[in-house]
Amino acid sequence: MAHDITADAAHAHEEHHESPVVFGFWLYLMTDCIIFGTLFAVFAVMRNQFAGGPTGKDIFDLNGVGIETALLLLSSITYGFGMISAHQNKLGALRGWLGVTFILGLGFLFMELREFSHMVAEGNGPDRSAFLSAFFTLVGTHGLHVTCGLLWMAVLIVQTGGKTVLSERMTNKLTCLSLFWHFLDIVWICVFTFVYLMSVI
Amino acid sequence: MLGKLSWSDIPIDVPILVGTFAGAAIAGLAVLGLITYYGKWGYLWKEWLTSVDHKRLGVMYIVLALVALFRGFADAIMMRSQLALAYAGNPGYLPPHHYDQIFSAHGTIMIFFMAMAFMTGLMNVIVPLQIGARDVAFPFLNSLSFWMTTISFVLINVSLFIGEFSQCGWLAYPPLSEQQFSPGVGVDYYIWAVQLSGVGTLLTGVNFFTTIVKMRAPGMTFMKMPVFTWTIFCTSVLIMLSFPILTVALGLLGLDRYLGMHFFTNDGGGNQMLYLSVIWGWGHPEVYILVLPAFGAFSEITQTFSRKPLFGYNTMVYATCSIMVLSMVVWLHHFFTMGAGANVNTFFGIMTMIIAIPTGVKIFNWLFTMYKGRVEFHATMYWVIGFMITFTIGGMTGVMLAIPAADFVLHNSLFVIAHFHNVIIGGVYFGYVAAMNFWFPKAFGFKLNEAWGKRAFWLWFVGFYFAFMPLYVLGFEGMTRRMNHYDNPEWYPWLLVAEAGAVMIALGIVCQLTQLYVSIRDRNLAENRDLTGDPWNARTLEWSTSSPPPFYNFAVVPVVHDLDAFAHDKEAGIDTRAAGSNYQPIHMPKNTAAGFFIGMFSLILGFAAIWWIWWLAAVGLIGVIATVIARSSNNDVDYYVPASEVARIENEHTRNLLAAQAAE
Repeated sequence: MAHDITADAAHAHEEHHESPVVFGFWLYLMTDCIIFGTLFAVFAVMRNQFAGGPTGKDIFDLNGVGIETALLLLSSITYGFGMISAHQNKLGALRGWLGVTFILGLGFLFMELREFSHMVAEGNGPDRSAFLSAFFTLVGTHGLHVTCGLLWMAVLIVQTGGKTVLSERMTNKLTCLSLFWHFLDIVWICVFTFVYLMSVI
Repeated sequence: MLGKLSWSDIPIDVPILVGTFAGAAIAGLAVLGLITYYGKWGYLWKEWLTSVDHKRLGVMYIVLALVALFRGFADAIMMRSQLALAYAGNPGYLPPHHYDQIFSAHGTIMIFFMAMAFMTGLMNVIVPLQIGARDVAFPFLNSLSFWMTTISFVLINVSLFIGEFSQCGWLAYPPLSEQQFSPGVGVDYYIWAVQLSGVGTLLTGVNFFTTIVKMRAPGMTFMKMPVFTWTIFCTSVLIMLSFPILTVALGLLGLDRYLGMHFFTNDGGGNQMLYLSVIWGWGHPEVYILVLPAFGAFSEITQTFSRKPLFGYNTMVYATCSIMVLSMVVWLHHFFTMGAGANVNTFFGIMTMIIAIPTGVKIFNWLFTMYKGRVEFHATMYWVIGFMITFTIGGMTGVMLAIPAADFVLHNSLFVIAHFHNVIIGGVYFGYVAAMNFWFPKAFGFKLNEAWGKRAFWLWFVGFYFAFMPLYVLGFEGMTRRMNHYDNPEWYPWLLVAEAGAVMIALGIVCQLTQLYVSIRDRNLAENRDLTGDPWNARTLEWSTSSPPPFYNFAVVPVVHDLDAFAHDKEAGIDTRAAGSNYQPIHMPKNTAAGFFIGMFSLILGFAAIWWIWWLAAVGLIGVIATVIARSSNNDVDYYVPASEVARIENEHTRNLLAAQAAE
């Protein structure tokens, strides 16, 4: 008890420092951005290296990709609703929106894996040509990020369970995941445009 | 069950490796035995291995760097000895298979685990103190970075005794490094070790950038920041910009090897030059990641031992930032011979030469700082002056190589080897050693022995010229790098001279170890102890706290009024320590073993992936994820040091100081 009083007094005395967590996470996202930027550059170099294999036009199913895109963009909106609930301290609504986001993200991942497995089953796997290597790596890296985001989201749903008030640390975590999730959306828009649309045109 | 691993992968038929293993095992057991004998396991675990204190992590980084120096240098002297022998029909004592692993390991270890670890150690020890902060922005991530670097070094050394190391040079150029031509595990060891240590380095970059932006003491604007902190700031930017590129380059090479993809293969539309372009997109900034902190250290040391403020602080900052930007647009000079065309080569040649301008500005700034100063020829200054001479020569040969036409002649020759050792030993290594001599009393509370420091310097300095100047000549005579044996009689005498130089450097390292031993032995002598916390009459904030600093660094966060805050306070008669009679509780992070465990699970993951032991790789990966989640769920990560405890520590220090001063 005495210790608590000391700690509270300390809080009152010390100037309140803004936590550097969100700033640091921004920086991390920028480094991630460079990873994707490099992968896009590699794809640009490899996009016509078909080695006698199929071109993008032959194998991309834009309908499926369109649904994927819709799922992921929608999940960004639902995460945004979740953050609004978090700022209003409505934790039940927050967990609900996180759950919806999780399901949409899972749907995206399912569609992507289905696309990949179809391509591999038809003999158009990543070892077929440099073009397909670059395609699978770029899109797969994005998918891997989505998977990590989903795992993170599940952890946060559990960690916010049974709480009535969000601690500063928990709010920071939700904000960071929010940044991460919207970032993946932006990357996906680039993937959709430069990989799928430009290959089909 | 064990993937590709079998008994035949243990090289019991290679006497050198068996001997090394015996030596390493005996030394390792001796260390473990001593720790057990003195009952220090609990202390080691609680105070060091799980520590998140930036000063302790910094010390551990530098210990790691010294071990890596030992390993990397052993490789170096083996190569020089091979070339001193393998002449005119004599095959030498290292067959090509072994020799190729040695030069690959030498480069990889010296850059990633000697230089990078040394630099990270220095910035850990110095930067938070220099900006008046109590720790870095993310202390846990700092501990994680350290463990990722350490386990990667362990992984690289495991390759000595289980399997083999890469034989493809320190950057593992494809197609040689592809599965088709390197079917063994050597390249996989290389990829995993460098990739895992890259995680640590990237987090360090993010951590220190955040620390410098967000945690400077009140009043310390950017243009009042010490030059060393400026250089770490720029280095952190370069780390964040370039290490993701390395991750991609090695990731793609790994995908080629593991999943049969075609990024850099000869068939399937692969393109080897893409690998060169991507990896040097990291590789050239990396050179400046290493050398900028050395420049920062030289600046601090020169001004302190010249008893003058640094000449041209502003130009020093602008020069550092210019180098930071320019370093991102020169990578193609590593492969002028690719055939990118005259225009492209000209652009990169000119950009490369332009870097010499801000670097020249720095050299002149240091010279003008010394000019009309009262220069004290302390051992630390020897390294600084040795650097200025050596680095200038290395810089000039760099400008020569920046001329594409000259590069076509010198490419892949020993001239290139001589050039980059000239700048890396003369610039980076001399800088780090100078920094270690300079800041050692801050970290430990006693000074390093000067006589042995000067002996080490002279042996390194003279040894360097003997070892590497002949390589310039050999380059002109057409000797290519990575050669195992030769029969050109003109080369032989030069290679003997180079061998002599390597022996001198070996003696230099012995002197450095002796310096450490003698200094620790004599640490309690009055002339060696640093009681005031300011043994050199220095100018920046880290010298305003005690040596070694208390774990919270500053009892009262200093307020900065001017550039060189501590010098200003001393001149104005402000006693920052005495101002703290009214102490406040201090918010500090708790130690954690999470970084250690994530490191260990990553080691398991890396080792298993190298040998295709997939169940074990899954164990490692799940272990990493589980530890991260456990850490995220732990809310007991910080605490407050009560004001009474701060007062007790500070008063005790003051009492000791007064008692010691009275005794003298």
